Amino acid sequence: MTGLYANELTLAYDDASIIHNLRLAIPMGQVTALVGPNGCGKSTLLRGISRLLKPKHGTVILDGQDIWKLPTKELAKRLGILPQSPVAPEGLTVHELVAQGRYPHQSWLQQWSAEDERVTQEALAITHIEDFADRPVDTLSGGQRQRAWIAMTLAQDSEVILLDEPTTFLDLAYQIDVLDLLYELNRQRKKTIVMVVHDLNHACRYADYLVAVKEGQIAAQGIPSEVVTERLVREVFGVECLIIPDPVTATPLVVPVGRTGKTQPKETVYKADERPDEAEREIA
Amino acid sequence: MSVQTKVVSRNTTRILGSRSLLLPGLVVGVVVLVGGVLWSITLGAADITPDTVYAALFNFDSTSFQHLIIQTVRLPRVLTGVIVGASLAVAGAIMQGLTRNPLADSGILGINSGASFAVVMGVFLLGNPPLSLYAILAFIGAGLASGLVYMLGAMGRGGATPLKLTLAGVILSAFISSFTTAILIGDQETLDKIRFWTAGSLAGRDMALLTQTAPYMLAGLAGAFFISRQITTISLGEDVAKGLGQQTGWVKVLAAVVVVMLAGGAVSLAGPIGFVGLVVPHVVRFMVGVDYRWVVPYSAVLGGILVTVADVGARVIIRPQELPVGVVMAIVGAPFFIWLARWKVKR
Repeated sequence: MTGLYANELTLAYDDASIIHNLRLAIPMGQVTALVGPNGCGKSTLLRGISRLLKPKHGTVILDGQDIWKLPTKELAKRLGILPQSPVAPEGLTVHELVAQGRYPHQSWLQQWSAEDERVTQEALAITHIEDFADRPVDTLSGGQRQRAWIAMTLAQDSEVILLDEPTTFLDLAYQIDVLDLLYELNRQRKKTIVMVVHDLNHACRYADYLVAVKEGQIAAQGIPSEVVTERLVREVFGVECLIIPDPVTATPLVVPVGRTGKTQPKETVYKADERPDEAEREIA
Repeated sequence: MSVQTKVVSRNTTRILGSRSLLLPGLVVGVVVLVGGVLWSITLGAADITPDTVYAALFNFDSTSFQHLIIQTVRLPRVLTGVIVGASLAVAGAIMQGLTRNPLADSGILGINSGASFAVVMGVFLLGNPPLSLYAILAFIGAGLASGLVYMLGAMGRGGATPLKLTLAGVILSAFISSFTTAILIGDQETLDKIRFWTAGSLAGRDMALLTQTAPYMLAGLAGAFFISRQITTISLGEDVAKGLGQQTGWVKVLAAVVVVMLAGGAVSLAGPIGFVGLVVPHVVRFMVGVDYRWVVPYSAVLGGILVTVADVGARVIIRPQELPVGVVMAIVGAPFFIWLARWKVKR
């Protein structure tokens, strides 16, 4: 039985239960997005699935085996996890970081091999950071840095890659860049991607499967175009919105109404002699 | 902000940028260390020529007073300095990697003061304990202090962050040191026995004490080298290391044992010499980067050199009087610490 499943999973920090009795099947070979408001438990769920957090109850099954019963390196060869906003030690070069991805493939007897170097170079090439290989990670831009971390996870050569908010703290251009990269890894390299995403529109556009989490429970799951409705967004995020087709990809596009949306359209507010761009600046 | 970014990016260029330079660099370091040791042996109250030093080391004549000085006074002292420096520097490197805290060293994390307290307590309670007991007491004190600091630092949500560990270490250190001071103030006899020792000193160390303690420290150095690859991985952060399949619990336990053996041994030999563990690993990373398979041996060699040179300074600065080497290290180390706190600690 191949696949990644959570069975009656209960996760807690100290005694505060975050995820309660949750069942989830991650579709293999697809991009899955975990979405939900802050504090809903989506990151905790990801930590539970990736063995960073030991469940209070229940199991996580990968290819028929309980992940807590697999040797740690064996799991790392099949499942990689990139935590939120990792920080590289000052002075660590990109090549050294990516090479750390080979950790589960090494042992006391078998240290650095030609295969390790080949996979490392390939990961650098896929993420387009070969030119920075000898630069310290801390001197790179945010987007390049995140590519380097993703390259490390790629060098791990696992079938499944989990990422906790891979686009947080990045400029919009880098957010799209990172999401495009993950999409390519899925489509071209057949990686199963599971990511916690903050932006619902990014989730709708890039994910094949969407899991909405609310108060430690799954509120909805399925293909974004079927799952993401005005009612769901209201119930999970507490936001009134319109859902229109994304003009580029035809996936759902969530347009929040907010308080500004309930007043009159902006154009009618302008006086005849005012330039619209000035008025906009004032509103901003 | 822009100033800080500039400084950081400048400091990340390595002196030994190419991997092929790493081994020759280490050999040069060992040669400098041996040279420093020989230079240190020639210095002292009695004028002894390098020729005589050579003869005393390799062609010992027990009837020569000068040979006796070298074999019983100067050689144990300089060898103690080398192993203490190497141990403190390597302990600092391991702690900085493990805790991802650039300010970590056995002094700041309270381990040195724990070890000194245990030794002072032992002298106070037992009167005149055998020298071999110093090391055991220091290990117990170092172990208890590091355990306490970790417990305090790991309390609350978020676990043992660099900041919380540093605070816990500084607080525990101040707390324990005040007890040490209280004992020394109240008890003249204990104070007389170990006054110089509590400031960190290499004076009056004999070969017997060294051979009692050195095996633990050599084992600690070997252990540090053995776990160095694991330290590189865990220095990416515990979650990342776990995700790569590392059993981080074991790495932390092994690292703690290594640190207690190194720092406890160093304190029992020379008292709490600060700053070596802080300064040396930074200089080393500046030279060779953050691969701990190289950071550990380079720290050992540079730590040995630093304490040897500082001890020469301790003996010559106010000749014929002598400063404790811990004081010389503090004069060098304090400005470095301020610079570090100013520029390198981003969180």
